[in-house]
Amino acid sequence: MTATPAGFDALVALTTGDEDLQRWLHDYQLDAKRWRDAAMAELGAPEAWRDAVAAVRRHTVAHLDEYLVQFVDKVQEAGGEVFLAATATEAREHIAAIVRARGARRVVKAKSMVTAEIGLNPALEEMGVEVVETDLGEYIVQLSGEPPYHITGPALHKRLPEIRALFSEVAGEELPDDVEALAAFARRVLRDRFLTADVGISGVNLGVAATGTVVLVTNEGNGRMSTTLPRTHIAVMGIERLVPDWPNLAPVLTMLTRAGTGERATTYVSAITGPRRSADVDGPDELHVVIVDNGRSALLGTKYQNALTCIRCGCCADTCPVYRTIGGHAYQSVYSGPIGAVITPLLDGLDGHAHLPFASTLCGACDAACPARVPLTELLLELRSDVAARESATSSWGLGFRGFAALSERPRLWGGALAAAGAAWPAVARLPLQWLRLLAPWTGSRELPAVAPRSFRRIWAGGRGGRRGRGC
Amino acid sequence: MITCLGDALFPRVGLAAVNVLRALGVAVDFPATQVCCGQAAFNSGYRAEARRSAEAYLRAFAASEHVVSISGSCAAMVCHHYPGLFAGSALEADAGALAERTYEFSQFLTDVLNVDRLPARYDARVTLHHSCHTLRMLGVKDQPERLLGMVEGLEYVPLARADECCGFGGTFALKMAPISASLVDDKVDAVLETGAEVLTGLDMSCLMNIGGRLRRRGARMRVKHLAEILAEGWQG
Repeated sequence: MTATPAGFDALVALTTGDEDLQRWLHDYQLDAKRWRDAAMAELGAPEAWRDAVAAVRRHTVAHLDEYLVQFVDKVQEAGGEVFLAATATEAREHIAAIVRARGARRVVKAKSMVTAEIGLNPALEEMGVEVVETDLGEYIVQLSGEPPYHITGPALHKRLPEIRALFSEVAGEELPDDVEALAAFARRVLRDRFLTADVGISGVNLGVAATGTVVLVTNEGNGRMSTTLPRTHIAVMGIERLVPDWPNLAPVLTMLTRAGTGERATTYVSAITGPRRSADVDGPDELHVVIVDNGRSALLGTKYQNALTCIRCGCCADTCPVYRTIGGHAYQSVYSGPIGAVITPLLDGLDGHAHLPFASTLCGACDAACPARVPLTELLLELRSDVAARESATSSWGLGFRGFAALSERPRLWGGALAAAGAAWPAVARLPLQWLRLLAPWTGSRELPAVAPRSFRRIWAGGRGGRRGRGC
Repeated sequence: MITCLGDALFPRVGLAAVNVLRALGVAVDFPATQVCCGQAAFNSGYRAEARRSAEAYLRAFAASEHVVSISGSCAAMVCHHYPGLFAGSALEADAGALAERTYEFSQFLTDVLNVDRLPARYDARVTLHHSCHTLRMLGVKDQPERLLGMVEGLEYVPLARADECCGFGGTFALKMAPISASLVDDKVDAVLETGAEVLTGLDMSCLMNIGGRLRRRGARMRVKHLAEILAEGWQG
């Protein structure tokens, strides 16, 4: 790996230098862990549930072609329209065409990561359409002009004073420093938008192939409003977001909310099968399901296939020490945290993202928490080997590891090198430490350990074939 | 398994482990052809280089009945990654067999030797950093605490947020130094909060990281591998 890009370094510095934010993110992770642990303990046998989710997801992804065909058929049978978008551009253009054909001036959106991935909002805004994010967190970051900070908590980094300032600007007056009052303000603004929007756009948490049902989990009711009040509902999903049927939906759904927010279930779980039927009291006149590939199908049948089994609960970020240190925006991607470090380079290519797989201590906290058992560390390691393979033969890391491998095969040479290093160390340690550029990142914050005057192997050999060592 | 860091920087830890194992009646050998398990290369994406180191390792320990490592992450490299690294090659069976008989030091004491009492005394307040690979890849959870509990005079003070990474991560500490520095500072805060006199652990790379930061911050806490505590406190 070459040096980290300047943009990444700057964003890391911004977050690591902000003590309040550091404490905020750390406290959030500790809270999230308590909530998650309690929700899992209540469920009982969490490891068996994780096995069940992993089995459903891996099976679905392994047979994705069949389940996609079935899902598409069933959506159409229920009266919905389906569009398969190979690329982000195709998806954007198709959605824009629907919005244009309806003469829509205002679109309300329920939370959706894939619409952020394909850059939908700017495309619609360019057409003169007003786009309103209705998830409270998404609304906040839309006002601040930022990408989501976290897969399930888009405004995780925003604290009360900032939110108050953003809302006050919309209100045109200074709003009170009070959570209830600020939430009530957002509710008032958004309620009006729901009632006057021409089109509602949502994501899809899970699609049920057997019935062509789109399942949404939300806590604020905005999902239900966005998908039932406007006359047109457009649901946007990645191709992999399926489960075979309702019995298989159950474990995935319960683990999604428990892992994501520590809830048994979110306040609202919406299951949408087709547009409004004649007997229904509400619902949209038309339902469009836009299924986005955008690089996903290229992972099928490769060593990266299991990256597609993620259920987007965001709990890998909630456990990741690197995430809490650098924050969501440092990933410079819609997707942050360990899964972001995996799928950003996979979906968007290694160029510009080659440092992300290295933004991990490989501590395995994400692996231990992931409800779908996505092998995050393994995937990061695979990506690292792809990055290493791209590095030039003369890169310093490559030369270093090749040299070290050669030493590993020559224990006597290694022993000699240790003896030399041990003998030279007292003199070397007196030098200003900056002389060794490779070690500067270490010595910037830590003392360097000393090379032992006599290595273990020398002491051992000195004890003649393994009598009790005399100490060093 | 002395590990390359243990050989070069911390021979006292290897000697302590040897002394404890011998005192427990184990015949200890150090196959001198061992150098490095290949973990750093593997975790950096250099798999061909890692395989070269690992092959030498496989040969070095071919005749060993059990392999005991003073580093949890090196043991995890063998137990967790060797089988995959050699999958489909002529060495696949050897790699699997070595993984089967490789143990981290505390794990070997409790799970293989079934140690339930230790003639050791160590008068100090001691806290423990679990180390991620030892905890999550090897599943070594309460083994070190059980061993510390057998030491007379030792007051064990649990570390808050003990499952959190110290920020070492091998070459991560060099490649992403600002992130690593922030994480090790968090860990040092937690370690100092315990008021312990000694920090112990099962992996010298993590302890080197935390210890290096402790010293930079001027803290006087001693940092010792569990084997050192047992060896120093051994009676009889």
